[in-house]
Amino acid sequence: MKLLTGNDLASGAVTWWTGDGWSLHVEDAADVGEHGEAILTAEEGARRVNAPYLIEAVATPDGPRPAHIKDRIRALGPTVRLDLTLKPADPDAGSWVI
Amino acid sequence: MYKYDQYDQAIVDARVAEFSDQVRRRLAGDITEDQFKPLRLMNGLYLQLHAYMLRVAIPYGTLDSKQMRMLAHIARTYDRDYGHFTTRQNIQYNWIKLEDAPAILADLAKVEMHAIQTSGNCIRNISSDQYAGAAADEVADPRPWAELLRQWSTFHPEFSYLPRKFKIAVIASDEDRAAMKLHDIGIQLVKRDGKLGAAFYVGGGMGRTPMVAPLIKDFVPIEDYLSYSEACLRVYNRYGRRDNIYKARIKILIHELGADEYARQVEEEFAHVKTLGIDPPAAELERIAAFFAPPAFEVGLADTVDRNDPDFAVWLDQNVKAHKQPGYAIVNISLKPVGGIPGDASSAQIDVMADLAEKYSFDELRVTHAQNIVLPHVAKRDLYAVWQALNEADLAAPNLDLISDIIACPGLDYCSLANARSIPVAQKIAQRFADLDRQRTLGELKLKISGCINACGHHHAGHIGILGVDRKGTENYQLLLGGSGAEDTSLGKITGPGFDEDGIVDAVERVTDKYLALREGEERFLDTYRRVGFDPFKEAIYG
Repeated sequence: MKLLTGNDLASGAVTWWTGDGWSLHVEDAADVGEHGEAILTAEEGARRVNAPYLIEAVATPDGPRPAHIKDRIRALGPTVRLDLTLKPADPDAGSWVI
Repeated sequence: MYKYDQYDQAIVDARVAEFSDQVRRRLAGDITEDQFKPLRLMNGLYLQLHAYMLRVAIPYGTLDSKQMRMLAHIARTYDRDYGHFTTRQNIQYNWIKLEDAPAILADLAKVEMHAIQTSGNCIRNISSDQYAGAAADEVADPRPWAELLRQWSTFHPEFSYLPRKFKIAVIASDEDRAAMKLHDIGIQLVKRDGKLGAAFYVGGGMGRTPMVAPLIKDFVPIEDYLSYSEACLRVYNRYGRRDNIYKARIKILIHELGADEYARQVEEEFAHVKTLGIDPPAAELERIAAFFAPPAFEVGLADTVDRNDPDFAVWLDQNVKAHKQPGYAIVNISLKPVGGIPGDASSAQIDVMADLAEKYSFDELRVTHAQNIVLPHVAKRDLYAVWQALNEADLAAPNLDLISDIIACPGLDYCSLANARSIPVAQKIAQRFADLDRQRTLGELKLKISGCINACGHHHAGHIGILGVDRKGTENYQLLLGGSGAEDTSLGKITGPGFDEDGIVDAVERVTDKYLALREGEERFLDTYRRVGFDPFKEAIYG
């Protein structure tokens, strides 16, 4: 599957295209299939996202898992400061990245 | 310390106002990211993995307690309660909101700080010796000369769009504590026949193509210091490559031209530049130098220190260095607790260091390229009180220059350029060697980790260096041996195939075990490596 991701303009936070908007949570990300470039162009043009790009991901029962470690770290947060990630209460959150 | 004059303050305030308007227009959608990106980078604002990152300049790594407290205030108010001190003696904040950037820059301007020229193809923040003004072996205080370069290079119209970024270091001792020869220009102040001058080493650097800077001129009279610097830059600006980002640094130009030919061209240019009258008059030099006059040291202080507390005694031996003034010492505050993140400090810790500087170090602090903090002028009678306060704040790790005093870039945990994580590797190595006696048995061992070829973690200059690479989507770590950023500058050599995260920790341990087996007398790791060569270590690593 393919996901569209970028950063929120005001906060810089990592965001994921959900099909009708943007979410901070990769679990909400939609498979953009062959429409990625078109959505990217439209969203960037509308200035609703910063530095958008398309990535490969794998569908899992828990939601999409980005193929590359860099995007998994973007999705979670720094593996060395789990308290600063999106899942601060989950001590095993880092294993999802690795 | 230097204090802004009306011109310094005016240009920084004007830049804050200008950037505030640019941010407003970007948030309003009046300008695109393509238009905005170069503007934010000129103000140190990057977009990294998780958020905007702001890099704040700390000129030649020197700051006072008021400035340090402002850094803590920014961490507490606008970020997530911590900052990261970098290998260029700066500080970075990892979680900045674009809408907060103007307020942060305004706060910085209140304490004579900014984020200008911490990005882009310009002359970056000047770096220097963290012991400047305190070291017994310096021929002069290098900070006035670093400050002169700061003023000269700030908004220099000719050098705002160089072929590539440009880094300058100024030192004044034979012992190099600033990795001077690994800068685009490394300047060592020297004396000849009692007269002050400067040796210029040009064309060093790490990154993709590491090079040690050759000596271009062994003695530039100090009255020609600025003109000669300008000439060095002009030749580079004219002939440095702009067609290929990987060949655009001055080191490539000098490598291709040859050091002798580059020096000849600089001499030719210098003859012209000298007629332009850019070297400041003596009165201006004296004005700048006066800001760096030695503090009012007490005389007659005792040079002895009570070593009854064994933990204090270890810290004293490891982290406290000799000061040129009798009765005083240089205190190194390690930001490398075992298991911690190299260079990170919480806002509370930053405040503690500011308080200690104000109370015990004539209001001065230094940031080191090894990502530690220095209190440069502490009376020996106060060392125990300083240690107790540091200990309480988890800032008393007694590991300066030991294997756990690791330089590590932010790596893939934060940096959008990185290929692999650096910090977890640093943490695992520090934990493997957590036993302090074991570390002290190994002695001076500088381990440096970069998460990509850009070498922000100085892996080329590590006695043991580690480079993280992306190997088919998986983190992989190459091992290098034999580098040094000191006066005996050398570049590390890659040992062979890389390792995974746990494998690289094991490989480091095999290297240190081999060193202990081969060591003669008081040899440091680097001495043993240079004596026996690469092969015994390679054999130990790969079997």
